[in-house]
Amino acid sequence: MSNIKLNRFKDNLFRYVGLFCTFLGLLVLLVFILDIVVDGVQALDIGFLTSLPSRKAEDAGILPAWVGSIWIMVLTAFITFPLGVAAGIHLEEYGKKNWLTSLLEINIANLAGVPSIIYGLLGLEIFSRLFGLGPSVLTGSLTLALLILPIVIVSTREALKAVPKSLREASYAMGASKWQTIWHQVIPASFGGILTGVILALSRAVGETAPLIVIGALTYVPYLPEHPLDEFTVLPIQIFNWVTRPQQAFSTNAAAAIIVLLALTFFMNGVAIYLRNRHQNKLKW
Amino acid sequence: MKIKEKVIEKLLWFSSFVTILTTLGIIWVLIFETVQFFGEVPILDFLTDTQWTPLFTQKHFGILPLLSGTLLTTFIAISVALPIGLAIAIYLNEYASSKFRQTVKPMLELLAAVPTVVYGYFALLFVTPLLQTFIPNLSGFNALSPGIVMGIMIIPLISSLSEDAMYSVPRYLREGALALGSTRLQTALKVVVPAASSGIIASVILAVSRAIGETMIVAIAAGQQPRLTLNPLVPVETITAYIVQVSLGDVPHGSVEYRTIFAAGMALFVLTFILNNISFWLRRKFREVYE
Repeated sequence: MSNIKLNRFKDNLFRYVGLFCTFLGLLVLLVFILDIVVDGVQALDIGFLTSLPSRKAEDAGILPAWVGSIWIMVLTAFITFPLGVAAGIHLEEYGKKNWLTSLLEINIANLAGVPSIIYGLLGLEIFSRLFGLGPSVLTGSLTLALLILPIVIVSTREALKAVPKSLREASYAMGASKWQTIWHQVIPASFGGILTGVILALSRAVGETAPLIVIGALTYVPYLPEHPLDEFTVLPIQIFNWVTRPQQAFSTNAAAAIIVLLALTFFMNGVAIYLRNRHQNKLKW
Repeated sequence: MKIKEKVIEKLLWFSSFVTILTTLGIIWVLIFETVQFFGEVPILDFLTDTQWTPLFTQKHFGILPLLSGTLLTTFIAISVALPIGLAIAIYLNEYASSKFRQTVKPMLELLAAVPTVVYGYFALLFVTPLLQTFIPNLSGFNALSPGIVMGIMIIPLISSLSEDAMYSVPRYLREGALALGSTRLQTALKVVVPAASSGIIASVILAVSRAIGETMIVAIAAGQQPRLTLNPLVPVETITAYIVQVSLGDVPHGSVEYRTIFAAGMALFVLTFILNNISFWLRRKFREVYE
């Protein structure tokens, strides 16, 4: 084979190698999900969703786990949404080009790369011990809120950046102040983008396990949390607990709980993507 | 009116200052506990002892076994994610239509959206039994299968960031190579990849940092036996898996065993902090080249 032919052959070969690699990841994900569904669907019924955990695998359910996950998600959203959006607005609209702003930016980029388990150590010492909140829903939510704060800030800034200058200038021309412009024009115009970022961040928080284990969330909770200061468990911890037991029946339970967790995660991602698309279509300035 | 605006401005400022407080909090917590830890355990032992047995009666506090477990699983993960991620980036950038690219990219990012505890389940109950059919002496807990699964998880990190880096290589460089008669593959490998190299390296370093900090996959499937080995077929323990192990037990607050998780956390933080900053610096340097 001549050199040119060989090079053409390699070029064509790579077309298939590249395509194969692209679909490999998706294929593996599909195989994994099918495996989970096959393993877990038999255990998944109304009783499973409405029962307390039990030492007997057949009777065990995930009621405290998913109620705990909902608690964590709602409380985390209440903490991180105002904080993250406000910080995003501050950096994007008020941030002057000085050393303090660049320090803030570098710091946020760095925080996004801190392993989640380190946030667990922070929550354990500061919220649980120093503030005396214990291994409660509130401690968990505060910890996860700080964990996803960088994501919310960055996506808020992206959303604000997409709002054209002309909109702001029109508002100023009508005599509005800076904050009036932001509150009445910029935030409504970028709300779709902001919401997308918040939902994506929350879907990450719902799947987090390690930081909650570190702050001392329980693995066996035979009651429902009724108060932000109650102890709790979440779906991922319940799954972890079942996966690490040797009995086959418990791994079936784990698979069933994973189906619920994945459904929740993918649903939230789907909503975020839908919002993003709708927002992008609407944005024709 | 004026006062209201000022108050709002201060509130906004405080919100972004919370991120600084978070960093200070992390550093304070780690340093505070680590200093007390090193009051009881000589730092030289921590760095050079080859055994890590803080929970046994014969206590040894050498971080090396945890470090070797961490680096071993990370190395396996990168060996999986780098070739596949890079091939995806090259394919999407140089071969695929832009419509295909726009559809596939978010689908690939779904890989990173799966909770890591779910990947742990795959590693322990799907990949390990599968591997055992052709590696008969593979332990039920090992470094290999969580490493592979972690690699699959970080594919989108490498492919997306490398693709962004390659995307910003100017067209005229490609056109020059193509005009000289290069094939698309030659152009990609000899022109685009070298031109985007610092961005690609940045993505790999970020992936390494993510793999070092990843917890649940290794906590579930790698075992809990800290040992100084590079053999991927036996149980190992990573820094993160150790922190989980101690958090699940009931170690009394204030004891030296309790402080080990902060010393281990400090090692983890320092390692990932350095890597994240190298990656950040490389990406910024890369951006300056073609602007």
